Amino acid sequence: MNESFIQINGISKHFGNVKAVDNVSFEIKEGEFFSLLGPSGCGKTTLLRLLAGFEYPTSGNLLLDGSDITALPPDKRPTNMVFQNYAIFPHINVEKNVQFGLRKLGLTNDEIFKRVKDVLSLVKLEGYEERYSSQLSGGQRQRVALARALVRQPKVLLLDEPLGALDKKLRDEMQLELRTLQKEIGITFVFVTHDQQEAISMSDRVAVMSEGKIQQMSSPNELYKNPQNIFVSDFIGETNFLKAKTETKEGEYINVNIEDLGSFKIKNNLKISENASDVICSVRPETMMIDKEKSDWDICLEGKIKQTSYLGEMTKFYVETKEIEKIITVSSQYFDNQSFQDGKCFISINLNDISLLNKK
Amino acid sequence: MEQKNNTLLVYTLLYFAFLYIPVLFLPIFSFNDANYMSFPLSGFTTEHYEEMWAKTNLHKALWASIKVGIVASVVSTTIALFAAKAFARYKFRGQNISYGAIMIPFLIPEIILAVAILVIWLSLGFKLGLVPVTLGHILFCTPFAMLILIARIEGFDFSLEEASRDLGENAWGTFYRVSLPLYLPGIIASLLLSFIISFDEFVLAFFLTGSDATLPMYMWAQMRFIQKLPHVLALGAVIIVFTTFIVLLAFWLRNLGQGKDKAEFGIKIHE
Repeated sequence: MNESFIQINGISKHFGNVKAVDNVSFEIKEGEFFSLLGPSGCGKTTLLRLLAGFEYPTSGNLLLDGSDITALPPDKRPTNMVFQNYAIFPHINVEKNVQFGLRKLGLTNDEIFKRVKDVLSLVKLEGYEERYSSQLSGGQRQRVALARALVRQPKVLLLDEPLGALDKKLRDEMQLELRTLQKEIGITFVFVTHDQQEAISMSDRVAVMSEGKIQQMSSPNELYKNPQNIFVSDFIGETNFLKAKTETKEGEYINVNIEDLGSFKIKNNLKISENASDVICSVRPETMMIDKEKSDWDICLEGKIKQTSYLGEMTKFYVETKEIEKIITVSSQYFDNQSFQDGKCFISINLNDISLLNKK
Repeated sequence: MEQKNNTLLVYTLLYFAFLYIPVLFLPIFSFNDANYMSFPLSGFTTEHYEEMWAKTNLHKALWASIKVGIVASVVSTTIALFAAKAFARYKFRGQNISYGAIMIPFLIPEIILAVAILVIWLSLGFKLGLVPVTLGHILFCTPFAMLILIARIEGFDFSLEEASRDLGENAWGTFYRVSLPLYLPGIIASLLLSFIISFDEFVLAFFLTGSDATLPMYMWAQMRFIQKLPHVLALGAVIIVFTTFIVLLAFWLRNLGQGKDKAEFGIKIHE
């Protein structure tokens, strides 16, 4: 497998004074499901459009499978795109839509027929050949868009928030289906989304973007468990931030003074220097424990429940403690909103679950 | 509530009466067996129509108007299509000024346009005839064509064009396979309306035709002889019917595929 199938070398794209993409470099592996994740305006869609050829970079170059595609127009690139609104041609039927991109490939009629038939069965749209876009549901349009792009057998499939317009149930279903499909056909997918849950559940690797830059690029697990900075930690999932200062190092660990709680020995994954006053500790709500009794965990605080939100599979508690100024969010699958009648509780934290981050 | 509705209904009927009753007199008198437009009607005849059609000058004028109309509508629709696409698709410096510049012939009095063209045309040493009339009509029809086409192209999903590029078509292939079929109802509406505007146009033709009369010029010339009035009525009646038909067709086409469901599209292109 080619480890540097797509090479993005120092790519910048400026629109006037706005740096939509700001000197970004990374590589995507062959056959990988790669996601670009970030809030709107972070540059992820611009980066995808640069890969498709709808935009040309202000500087930098793009290599696909060893050849430079920086200056190629979209029709000369071995990439195909699934558009956010699907962009199904309304004046021709499903079959003609799928055939649209085969005209210039020099195939015989039999080959065209076979390819269209195969791809329609792949996306489960057999029997819809004669339909027009207006006669299809959102999910079916999405399948047509997918079939139309895949029928050309591109080296890379680019997907621009393709699930954004679907309702939640269908979206979950399509997530699983897209993932299965990608593994089946083995084509490299570059997937743009603002939905962190979507990116995490589908991708082999995720690049989190903000303000035109890549904030972190890693596997979904790494992203969640070892965020590299506050932006990533905040954007992926939910977390509690506690102000802190570093003291002295002890091998892989560092002593950290967490505001109002005292000193603790915490793993220093990001190699933060000693005596730094600008650090933050992040603790995920589900890593903490809420209970009616005191526990023997590393940190155990008595608290009062100010608010709860019941989510079915779990319940979130918003807890006020004497020690910490901020309200702490804790989630539990064991207790629910009716468990604590008097609101009195204990919340416990394991030091292993605290990530130390640079404030910046 | 009922009262209010009646008032509005009366107003509406009065409005349409004011608009159309004078026009209705033309067909009525064109079938009247007399040389004067006056009541009471003296009898039914189709004689005026036969006489009208027998005039060879009419054929010449009709053919002249058709030629001018076709060239003017095709050229102005082409110009307007490029302009409309630019205005609807892109934001560029000088957009408002260039939009205004194209729309101005729509607003300035036609007679000023006619005199200006006349002066320039003659000072360049050219002869009057159908060529300057056609040029004037192109100028005059382009704003109309552009209004129709902008209405069609605005709200057009340009990601369809990107999808076509993405699927291997170059710019021309994309225009031919995607843009053109989707703009087509607007283009045809624009051609029809431009043709009708040119076909009915009098002021520019009056100044610029020289001796090659267009149909409105021919009618005007006929009006000077009282005994020919019935022919003019007959011709007028035919033109009203023709124009109404074309305009209705154009509006129907313009709205095609822009009804309840925008994605629904009437014209299927088979390749």
